[in-house]
Amino acid sequence: MAENAAVAASNTQNARASDAAIVLDDVVVAFRLADDVVYTAVERATLHVADGEFVAIVGPTGCGKSTLLNVTAGLVTPAAGAVNIFGNSLSSLNRQAGYLFQADALFPWKTALENVAIGLETSGTPVTDARARAREWLARVGLEAFADRYPHMLSGGQRKRVGLAQVLIRDPKILLMDEPFGPLDAQTRQIMGNLLLDLWTADRKAVLFVTHDLEEAIALSDRVVIMSAGPAARIIGDWRVPLTRPRDISEVKLDPAFHELHHDIWQKLKAEVLKGYAWSERV
Amino acid sequence: MSRINLLLLQVLVAVVSIALWHVLTTYPIFGKLLLPPFFFSNPVDVAAQIVAWFSSGVIWKHLWVTLIESILAFVLGSIGGVLVGFWFARQPRVAAVFDPYVKMVNALPRVVLAPIFALWLGLGIWSKVALGFTLVFFIVFFNVYQGVKEVSPTVLANARMLGMSERQLMRHVYWPSALSWMFSSLHTAVGFAVVGAVVGEYLGAAAGLGYLIQQAEGVFDVAGVFAGMFVLAAFVIVIDTVVSLIEKRLLIWRPAVGDARP
Ligand SMILES: Nc1ncnc2c1ncn2[C@@H]1O[C@H](COP(=O)(O)OP(=O)(O)OP(=O)(O)O)[C@@H](O)[C@H]1O
Ligand SMILES: [Mg+2]
Repeated sequence: MAENAAVAASNTQNARASDAAIVLDDVVVAFRLADDVVYTAVERATLHVADGEFVAIVGPTGCGKSTLLNVTAGLVTPAAGAVNIFGNSLSSLNRQAGYLFQADALFPWKTALENVAIGLETSGTPVTDARARAREWLARVGLEAFADRYPHMLSGGQRKRVGLAQVLIRDPKILLMDEPFGPLDAQTRQIMGNLLLDLWTADRKAVLFVTHDLEEAIALSDRVVIMSAGPAARIIGDWRVPLTRPRDISEVKLDPAFHELHHDIWQKLKAEVLKGYAWSERV
Repeated sequence: MSRINLLLLQVLVAVVSIALWHVLTTYPIFGKLLLPPFFFSNPVDVAAQIVAWFSSGVIWKHLWVTLIESILAFVLGSIGGVLVGFWFARQPRVAAVFDPYVKMVNALPRVVLAPIFALWLGLGIWSKVALGFTLVFFIVFFNVYQGVKEVSPTVLANARMLGMSERQLMRHVYWPSALSWMFSSLHTAVGFAVVGAVVGEYLGAAAGLGYLIQQAEGVFDVAGVFAGMFVLAAFVIVIDTVVSLIEKRLLIWRPAVGDARP
């Protein structure tokens, strides 16, 4: 198991820095809670994601997964360490990234269609063109019939799909996804997972995918990264997923290699989940 | 409850109240009138007064004046409230400096301002508009300020990630949010615009519903006072209905009360 992790790590380290879509080097994130209280959420996290690579981050709740995505998006500035996007140091918002947030982020005052189109309109596409392309994207996520609904009239899963279209229509080179299937039931998760894999196969972006579901992480990604429980969470494991593509999420779970990897990762993750839980109980 | 049933019950309440009023002011109970007509008038006289106003047409002038004053107070107060609300919300330092003064002025009972406005602006409509303005302004201001401040940070971050410039953020995020807050207080704001106009007229004017009521009071014409109040109430209900219609159109994206989804 440790061997596997080491191999994966050296593989990514070998990739030249300019090849890598995302390079986080010794990133430290600290939040000021009060005047003299500083909470170190993430301690020296190092993570390289190659262009076109699909990387999943798994870790106990509150460990800093969303925080790492925020750092990559340029929404949070790390206290120390370097963030490089396609070889350039990130100093403000990450313009190459599309971000599917963990919480609801659709504009409640816009219809599904307007929500999807807005990302094109902001970069100067004429409204009619933007709307036409938004319609195509809604069809791609299976929501053609819901174009004129407002977010509060959509189910949680439908909202997530609108969010996905809203992000992908801008064709970002990097896709950040924070528990995009979080509130969905098991069947819908599979459908959404396959949808995501289809879209990603058609146009390979670098993906950083946060989930608390280890099976989902393995089924979807090229690499699975494990974080330790906070505070001062670190990246404590990095596994390459030895499954071939194209994959079907429900079939891939029958593969023996899947089970072996799941077993390996779970051994390590279990301890952290318990730790994270104990710590938050104390707080 | 179906619409028809609801309407019937609502009418029933009015009928019962008026009947009660009529009985108590007309027929002695145990040899005594419970509501002396000198203080409470009676429905027949009041209705006669209202009919007289409308048939002679004198009421239209007063309604028109009050309507114009209310609309001006509402529109100007809203514009002022929106502008200052946006400005303060986007410039926390300005807001911090002015904060105590805003609270001070807002705590002031506006009635005490009426004579000053009459002094400054005369007895015409503008002193009433000014009074309504001071009421409407603060309601709209506080709501817009809140609306801009309380934009969900996630929605804001999303807007930024989707490439919105500062101007686009204003248009697509802050403005709709502020508007929804403002509209939630629309009924109050419109109500206060009318209150400002009527109170202003009551304290000194040459026309308007407030003036009408004040005149009647001056000669102890209780039927006239009640008639004025009824016309005023009907006036407010009509305006409120119009506001509801506008609100429904503009806030179509909001979940109706009761089916709010998280
Ligand atoms: N703005 C903030 N101020 C203070 N503390 C914060 C802030 N944002 C996050 N934290 C803390 O940082 C830690 C990591 O938060 P983060 O949201 O990244 O967790 P997460 O791994 O995404 O958890 P979950 O799986 O529950 O979404 C948590 O302990 C959280 O309390
Ligand atoms: Mg999170």
